[in-house]
Amino acid sequence: MADIKLKDIYKRFNDFTAVSNLNLEIRDKEFLVLLGPSGCGKTTTLRMISGLELPSEGQIILDGEDVTKKRASQRDIAFMFQLFALYPHLTAYQNIAFPLKTQGENKSFIDEEVKRIANLLQIEHVLKRKPKQLSGGDMQRVALGRCLIRKPKALLLDEPIGTLDAKFREEMWSELKKLHVDSGSTSVYVTHDQMEAMSMGDRIAVMDKAVLQQVGEPFEVYSNPRNLFVAKFIGSPGMNFLDMQVVSDGGSISLNFTGDGTRIFISESLQDGIKRRYKEGRKLVLGIRPEDLTLEPSDAVNSFHGRIYVVENMGNHKIVDIELAGGTTLRVRVPPKVKTEIGDNVAITFNMEMVRLFDSEDGESIVYQEHS
Amino acid sequence: MAESRREKGWKHHLIVVTLIVITIIYMIPLFYIVNTSFRPWKDIKQYPPKLIYQPSIGSYIRIFTARSVLAPGVELSDEEKAGLNWAGRIVLRDTNERITRLGDLPKRYLNSIIISVSATLITVIMGTMTAYGFSRFKVPGAGNWLFFILSTRMLPPVVVVIPIFLMYRTIGLNDSRLGLILLYTAFNVSFAVWVLKGFIDEIPREYEEAAMVDGYTRWEVFRKVVLPQSVTGIAATAVFVFIFSWNEYAFSFLLTRKTAQTVPAWLPYQMGVLGYDWGAAAAGSVLFLLPAMILTILLRKHLVRGISFGAIRK
Repeated sequence: MADIKLKDIYKRFNDFTAVSNLNLEIRDKEFLVLLGPSGCGKTTTLRMISGLELPSEGQIILDGEDVTKKRASQRDIAFMFQLFALYPHLTAYQNIAFPLKTQGENKSFIDEEVKRIANLLQIEHVLKRKPKQLSGGDMQRVALGRCLIRKPKALLLDEPIGTLDAKFREEMWSELKKLHVDSGSTSVYVTHDQMEAMSMGDRIAVMDKAVLQQVGEPFEVYSNPRNLFVAKFIGSPGMNFLDMQVVSDGGSISLNFTGDGTRIFISESLQDGIKRRYKEGRKLVLGIRPEDLTLEPSDAVNSFHGRIYVVENMGNHKIVDIELAGGTTLRVRVPPKVKTEIGDNVAITFNMEMVRLFDSEDGESIVYQEHS
Repeated sequence: MAESRREKGWKHHLIVVTLIVITIIYMIPLFYIVNTSFRPWKDIKQYPPKLIYQPSIGSYIRIFTARSVLAPGVELSDEEKAGLNWAGRIVLRDTNERITRLGDLPKRYLNSIIISVSATLITVIMGTMTAYGFSRFKVPGAGNWLFFILSTRMLPPVVVVIPIFLMYRTIGLNDSRLGLILLYTAFNVSFAVWVLKGFIDEIPREYEEAAMVDGYTRWEVFRKVVLPQSVTGIAATAVFVFIFSWNEYAFSFLLTRKTAQTVPAWLPYQMGVLGYDWGAAAAGSVLFLLPAMILTILLRKHLVRGISFGAIRK
């Protein structure tokens, strides 16, 4: 097991830059999830760690050793592919034994190890079958077995459960996470599914358009997104965004909602952050998660007025869509017993601690910058 | 429901009958050759042909032997007759000839086997490696190269045979087995590359990448992961290449005379003192058909998928 350091990595395919100026450190025994939309460079990054692609620039350090120019076969890394890539002409047993066979281990040792792995993954009963005769879940486990048997320095997983059906995937999340802990491996997991990323990752690295946007623990990335992209990409239902304008009132700064002019008074630290960067009249984007809004029929400060037009009942909570003046929609998460009638006019109160502000031009978070 | 099923059954029968008719049409020449090869000498040129006859293996003996005709009026003594083996007796009875020595067929047959098998092996090995290269690596101008190698197939052999004849005479490859092996290989590699590239393109790269991550070099990946998965394509290609080399007539006819002559070039020369020996030619043809038939039957499992040139998706 080992740590992985990516230093100033660039990867270009002809004119296309797939990964740009990537610096990322993956700690020993960590489960890091690379998250991003398709084409963001996450799979390319994973392939560079494995050695299947070589970076155009930069350095890859594995377990203290510079492996930038080494071939995949020399890096002692296991890779689990999206479609498992089980060798169709070999049985499940032979597939799992394959990496040990390539290393020239003797038969009895291989047999012992295959049985140990099969027991760990509970696939003893399918060992004699060919991949064609396996169910999706068993293929997944056999592929994992092939990765784990060698006790690699790191385990790289490229959307390995993307093709399974929804219910089964959730079972797999916990199974994979448990395996990661049991095997004590350093794992890098690529996915475009933020739920999967949140549920499995020790840390999440969010990428977009070849650039690493933010790295952090799931809650950190969720509650304090570095920019508008991360804020939008993580969370379901997603963060609410409101267009605001900076108002200076003597020494204090407040914000005006561009929809209906509702005034919002913000904390001093936010005021300081704004003062340092922006002038009066500057447009900002306010972001707030659905669970940080409450429906309270009050005229308290910092409350908005709107009309309920959709209610989704999720059982343990409700998601209420409220239309504000100017056509902006707020999604609010409320307890199931709160009365919500479509067409009702309601007041919405913000949990001011959880308000995030973003630059409307470059999308950077003011809160994040203040903290870093 | 019942009606549609009946209609379906009716259609099914029609298809089966059509297939049987087509098969029969294809089989007629083959049947004719086999039939002719077993007719006794006297019956072969008879018109109208006899439907029922006493089958004889005289033709098969004649294609294997060289003989001399006994002069009219000369008869073998009883002692001489007693000295003949079974083949000699049949020849004497059929055509009043005496076997003088073993004929050229075994030599020609051996030539055919050596040349076809060698050409097939070399073609398949070279073709598979070239196809793998074109399929997996960025080859500058790959499209042009692929077109260029195919262009060797665009001219009929007769067109290029004169320059090749002159070339071969200069470098001493005329009438040599090596000459034909090289020629058949050169002619078939293009075909093999095209067919095999289709097959290898279909094998997902992930298999190879998985093997490389697991510690294989590119060469080991090719041997242990790609080859087992392209067996079907390789088998189909091998059958086609073998049949081409086995049947090839024009080059062999013009480039070989004695030492390296193959069966197709030799087979038509069955002119004897007694006229053209249709029986021997037919018997030779039957023997000549066998290897290609056996190979095809052995590999037929792969052929069904192979003939579609890897076009079928799983």
